[in-house]
Amino acid sequence: MANIISDETIEYVSILAKLELSDEQKEAAKKDMGRMLDYIDKLNELDTGGVEPMSHVFPVRNVFREDVVTNGDESEQILKNAPEEQDNMFVVPRTFE
Amino acid sequence: MDILSLTAVELSCAIREGRTTAPEALTAVFGRIAKKEAEYHCYITIEKEKAMREAEKVQARIATGELTGPLAGVPVAIKDNLCTEGTLTTCGSKILENFVPTYSAEAVKLLQKAGAVIIGKTNMDEFAMGSTTETSYFGVTKNPADTSRVPGGSSGGSAAAVAAGECFFALGSDTGGSIRQPAGYCGVVGLKPTYGTVSRYGLVAYGSSLDQIGPLTKDVADCTAVLSVIASHDEKDSTSMARTDTDFTSALVQDVKGLKIGIPRDYFSEGLDPQVKDKVLHAVKVLQANGAILQEFDLSLVDYAIPTYYTIAAAEASSNLERFDGIKYGYRAPGDTLGLHEMYKKTRSEGFGEEVKRRIMLGSFVLSSGYYDAYYLKALKVKAMIRQAFDEAFLRYDIILGPVSPTTAPKLGESLSDPLKMYLGDIYTISVNLAGLPAISLPCGKDDQGLPIGLQLIGDCYSEKTLIRAAYTYEQAVRDTKVTEAESDLLSAKHTGTNGFAISPQNDKLAESRKKTDMCAEQIRSSHADICASAGKEA
Repeated sequence: MANIISDETIEYVSILAKLELSDEQKEAAKKDMGRMLDYIDKLNELDTGGVEPMSHVFPVRNVFREDVVTNGDESEQILKNAPEEQDNMFVVPRTFE
Repeated sequence: MDILSLTAVELSCAIREGRTTAPEALTAVFGRIAKKEAEYHCYITIEKEKAMREAEKVQARIATGELTGPLAGVPVAIKDNLCTEGTLTTCGSKILENFVPTYSAEAVKLLQKAGAVIIGKTNMDEFAMGSTTETSYFGVTKNPADTSRVPGGSSGGSAAAVAAGECFFALGSDTGGSIRQPAGYCGVVGLKPTYGTVSRYGLVAYGSSLDQIGPLTKDVADCTAVLSVIASHDEKDSTSMARTDTDFTSALVQDVKGLKIGIPRDYFSEGLDPQVKDKVLHAVKVLQANGAILQEFDLSLVDYAIPTYYTIAAAEASSNLERFDGIKYGYRAPGDTLGLHEMYKKTRSEGFGEEVKRRIMLGSFVLSSGYYDAYYLKALKVKAMIRQAFDEAFLRYDIILGPVSPTTAPKLGESLSDPLKMYLGDIYTISVNLAGLPAISLPCGKDDQGLPIGLQLIGDCYSEKTLIRAAYTYEQAVRDTKVTEAESDLLSAKHTGTNGFAISPQNDKLAESRKKTDMCAEQIRSSHADICASAGKEA
């Protein structure tokens, strides 16, 4: 395997991904990602010098419209999906002491 | 009349003519579901009572002549990553196991406006990440052609439901082949429209630059009718295109004379099952016999499509799936003492399955500072090159023809152990998404084990009509051959003195069904103004 993923990298990526991995899962993820990156490295065979990156297949730009409310008040329905709610608000864990 | 043997367009015809009703059709579907669903598991959620109420309402509106389109009264199944107001929408994931949307996806709304009756939500790979429907949190779906095999994925529940008669048609989504591949494995028709043709509003995003919603149907006429209803310009989706040519039914003509079809040598090389190759090449002969001009060519860059796709799709997925944090909806990890970040991490780690986590990790990596240029930006450049290769091909050809997948449906449990191998199964479908092109998958025969084989036709952007014309021509030509064969069987049976009565009803049935479909196709064409009116669009 050409791509060796270090413990630090997996640690860093799992922070970015907001995922908690057990030691066993970390080892598996290291192997997994290394193998995928080896495969993706195939792209390096291609000379992409001078090629513009294409994020969208059509030349579309931001589409603007007037910021007008068209839907009604659905807060009650929306809050029904909340894992926890109180007084028409989402309840979140304590974020500061 | 066997209601379940009708296509969607035939059914709406029969309902309009009073030969059956929407509630009767729905009852027939529920009868099939009662018999088969325990074995196939096509659905995650079935809304029996809601559907029956809707069928009755729709029937009343058909009776008054208010609803006249080709989907009026027709029972439909919706992939579970399309939001449906008031109905559970899980994306095949534990993290959305209790999510009930407060609105419906635009494509779903358009179907409802046209009078289609929603049966329920179909099973899928978790967040559409997978090619087998085995990564669903809610269990696997089995292929109706052989229950020891997968239906394909990620729209496996939708494809299996159509194949099993557990609905008349279904909606799926296609990010790298997720409509076309299961359609191929299950022996139904599936179409991925040009990017931007169907609004993605209400589709839970996986790879936003690649995702498109499309139909899975029993035949090409149905596929065309559904596409004509769901194609729309929607200002709620900023990538939605303002197309004016969305009356696709005008393309239901049997004529490919002079159509230039390119056959990429790269799609017929190593790794392609010889039986799949045979059947696809037979389709080539059929189109040729009908006047199409076929030519082999080198598409190039085919081997680079999969690594490009997985880089881009994983990057977009890692960003799109950040919203699942246990705050506003869905699963939240239990524990009152957890801090905010601990809660996020626990919720996501417990809520997402392995394949989803694998792609979020990869996506987070390729987007991270230090690796962004080497991986993500590189992939976007190769994407531009792949698009360029298609642009060059479409200077010479109207259509590109190939297989949908290298093999027929694999056995259950065979694919997940080796993700890279599973990814390789998408080799012929994936570049279509990278280039934003339309492509259709339709049945072109079976292998020696009776497993369906899919033929794929790829068109240039906005050329759905050319695809439909070619697909319809192929489908009709094959059906005509079957009718002719039945006729000659009958003739020879008479000559040899065998009892002709046993064969003739079947022959009559074929001829009758041919007449009926032709009539219905004609009706769709002539009643398009009504269809558009009922779909809330201008003709």
